[in-house]
Amino acid sequence: MTKLWSNTLLRHVLLALVGLAVVILVLESTSAFRNAQLTTMAYLAIAAGGLTVLTGLNGQLSLGHGAFMAIGAYTAALFYQGAEPALPVVGVLAVAILVAILVGAVVGVAAARLHGPYIAGATLALAIAVPGIALFFDGRLGGEQGLNVRVPDAPGWFADLLYFVTAHDVTTSKYIAYIGWLALIPTFVLLANLSRSRVGRTWRAVRDDEVAAEIAGIHLGRARVLAFVVSAACAGLAGAVMAMAVRITAPSGFTLVLSLTLLTAVVLGGLGSLSGALIGATLLTFLPQFVTGLGADLGLSDLQAAELAPLVYGLTMILVILLAPAGIVGSARGWQRRRRERPAKAAASAA
Amino acid sequence: MQQLLTTALTGLTLGMVYAAFALALVLIWRSTRIINFAQAPMAMVTTYVALVLIDAGLSYWIAFAAALLAGLVLGAAVERIVIRPVEGATHINAVILTLGLFIVLNAAAAVVFGSQYRSFPAPFGLRGFQVGEVNVALTGFGIFTIVSVLVVMGLLVALFRLTDLGLKMRASAFNGEVARLLGVRVSGMLTLGWALAALVGSLSGLLIAGGSLVHPAYMDSVVVFGFVAAVLGGLDSPVGAVIGGLLLGVSLSVVSGYVGSELVALSALLILMLVLLLKPGGLFSHAAERRV
Repeated sequence: MTKLWSNTLLRHVLLALVGLAVVILVLESTSAFRNAQLTTMAYLAIAAGGLTVLTGLNGQLSLGHGAFMAIGAYTAALFYQGAEPALPVVGVLAVAILVAILVGAVVGVAAARLHGPYIAGATLALAIAVPGIALFFDGRLGGEQGLNVRVPDAPGWFADLLYFVTAHDVTTSKYIAYIGWLALIPTFVLLANLSRSRVGRTWRAVRDDEVAAEIAGIHLGRARVLAFVVSAACAGLAGAVMAMAVRITAPSGFTLVLSLTLLTAVVLGGLGSLSGALIGATLLTFLPQFVTGLGADLGLSDLQAAELAPLVYGLTMILVILLAPAGIVGSARGWQRRRRERPAKAAASAA
Repeated sequence: MQQLLTTALTGLTLGMVYAAFALALVLIWRSTRIINFAQAPMAMVTTYVALVLIDAGLSYWIAFAAALLAGLVLGAAVERIVIRPVEGATHINAVILTLGLFIVLNAAAAVVFGSQYRSFPAPFGLRGFQVGEVNVALTGFGIFTIVSVLVVMGLLVALFRLTDLGLKMRASAFNGEVARLLGVRVSGMLTLGWALAALVGSLSGLLIAGGSLVHPAYMDSVVVFGFVAAVLGGLDSPVGAVIGGLLLGVSLSVVSGYVGSELVALSALLILMLVLLLKPGGLFSHAAERRV
């Protein structure tokens, strides 16, 4: 068993299967409202997972992942205008990913030639610029109102399969939730494998010491662009799922706040850790409801209470960086390590 | 002809504001190697301070001075409380901090001042004047914008070139360790640098707000334009930042006037990309580029 566990790919696939079972259990046993919330969590986690690879493993800070989500969302929305979609869901998601990859490659090439602040600034510009495109081409992209998304019904084989496994009928919101989580699980397996592979080691090397990495024969630019493209692809996928979940794709859904919120999720969970991204996405999904309720209890108006959630995100982001820069997962790991080392040290000093 | 003139003059006025904002970014970049993305919401907060004072019945000029002072204090406070603890750590942490501050200030302003659009007064007229047939779109407030930015820049140059304090600040930015050995209180100089930068940022916030609408996110795009302007000028040179700001202001005004105002941010992005790809050290770079 331990031998099985030490094989990275096998371990990740096993974890994914367990995750799949948990997802089915949770989705089948919760209400439609919770299903919708879990879909939100899924797409936020996909985007945050991509961002954590970029920022945590490669040390590039992207403030524009909301823009890549917008690109994915608009691509998907364009497919779901008519009654009959031209492609099955997997095809639509693939096209959304592809478009995000293309844009990501262009931005990544431009920014990877340079250092930290440039990529942050360029991606910030991207986050501000992309909603403007939707406004400019308002004939095709719906302008301020955005595009309505006609979500396709679950195909027959999926309904049959689900009924066979769980003896429940499939509703549209549940179908979307399954799409979200079935997109998340393989994405995370791929990202986890990638970060453990040669490519991931290259990214870490570039992050930790550029000169040493280059001496070791790593092409810095190539490594940076690859990390950026992988990360953009995740955001594109997340955007496509978001389009189906929200059922409307409008510029107001992709403000700068979205990009910065994703960064919060990544920082909160711990830079570079995929489980951290999952935790961060969970907080982003469920915290606003709680905080907004709290604000209403304190006598704030609805509009004011709605701003409390970002306030809390921002404050926690500052506090995490100041007090526990490794984030939730990183701090927990450090604590665990210290606990393990303490008895060993005690034994060593006794001897 | 008429439209070209209007576009050019609007661009020049806007460019001055971007130049001021870029200058604020460059001041901080030179001393601490951090891009302060929170500059935009900081300027927004100080503009709201002015707005509250004006609504309370005070004159525009008192509010103007109070906002600049608030910027000075806010800048120093941010450096001392938020940035100081991560000094010397990885730069990514400092940038994340400024972004956290960005979110906090935006949200806090929406809670305290409300998120609706509010109009901000201007001390001078907002109409251009006629010369024969041609309407010159240089407004009183536009002239005030250009003059005030020029005055602030002149004062900064005087501070850095002519005074002891300016010399100490330059020394701290150039090499903190050596400056410390020579008896300069480097940490105090850093705080002063942030305070001055925030003051210049507040000025640009007030100038953008004048005669138009204010809401918690109204400076968000300005931080992008200011950054692009600063990169155009090389990110390290105050003069470059000013020229970059003017160039950017005019180009964006052309885009806005002839193509569509929705694409202004996109053109700023394209300009940034072109500069980064073709002349990464800025338009006026002559120093050696770093290889890694």
